[in-house]
Amino acid sequence: MIEWYTVVEVAVAAAAGVLCLVLGLFGVRPGDLSMGATLLVELLLLGQLGIAIVAPLVGNSPTGSLLEFYIYLVVAILLPLLAGVWALVERDRWSTVVLAVACLAIAVMVVRMNIIWTVQIA
Amino acid sequence: MSSAPQPENRAPAVPPEAAASAAAATATPHARARRSLGAGRVLIIVYAILAIGATSRAGYQFAAFFGQYPAARLPIALSAVSGVIYIVATIALVAPGRAWYRVAWVTISFELLGVLTIGTLSILIPAVFAGPANLPDVADGTVWSTYGIGYLFIPVVLPVLGMLWLRSRRAHYSAA
Repeated sequence: MIEWYTVVEVAVAAAAGVLCLVLGLFGVRPGDLSMGATLLVELLLLGQLGIAIVAPLVGNSPTGSLLEFYIYLVVAILLPLLAGVWALVERDRWSTVVLAVACLAIAVMVVRMNIIWTVQIA
Repeated sequence: MSSAPQPENRAPAVPPEAAASAAAATATPHARARRSLGAGRVLIIVYAILAIGATSRAGYQFAAFFGQYPAARLPIALSAVSGVIYIVATIALVAPGRAWYRVAWVTISFELLGVLTIGTLSILIPAVFAGPANLPDVADGTVWSTYGIGYLFIPVVLPVLGMLWLRSRRAHYSAA
């Protein structure tokens, strides 16, 4: 993994999560802002997927299990899609909160992915 | 979800502003029935994430460590049990009808019992639940260790929120 990219990814996911949470709790339905923030998180995750594929080939190998890393990454990539589709189907404030939950979960998962990649002792 | 009871039935549990937005946003009767899940959808997505997380992690640990490391078996088995509980709870929260409502109560009660029991035992006798020290993945223990500390204590808060939500929807099912 690339450290600065991971930091950006966690920061954006957390910020998008807080943004969607605030919007949702104020009763705002999913819109360009909340969906756009979630889309940005998704794009960063797809970038992460690219990095994860290329990194081992150029000598940046994970210290932990690559399989476990990919389980996290694939689930993380699916989350914004599921939350986003749900937000399109049911357009009320709670869908905005669902987007928030997905983004916040991704922030935690990327931290965990970083631990798997960099500081496993196994 | 489309056969969920009418939104009117749960009127006492709905905050006024949510009721107003729901009433204003009704496009079709179908959409209206779906909307009756309301805030419950947030609960459902958290359950779904825990279900996927706990199950896939247990699956990975089972494949990687179960055979070789006897000391890892209890934590892995407990993680798998919690994963299954979260899957059933997620389905029961989404699915309509009295039977699923009961299933939701049973699984969420079991979940609360599990997180309190395993959480307490993992503090009192950590050696049993910790797993082999040379396996950091498993050494974290189960989803329920130390009341779900590895999952931001969500596992101990979630069943309480789940029960409150189920209680708020009771009117649906006693009337049905």
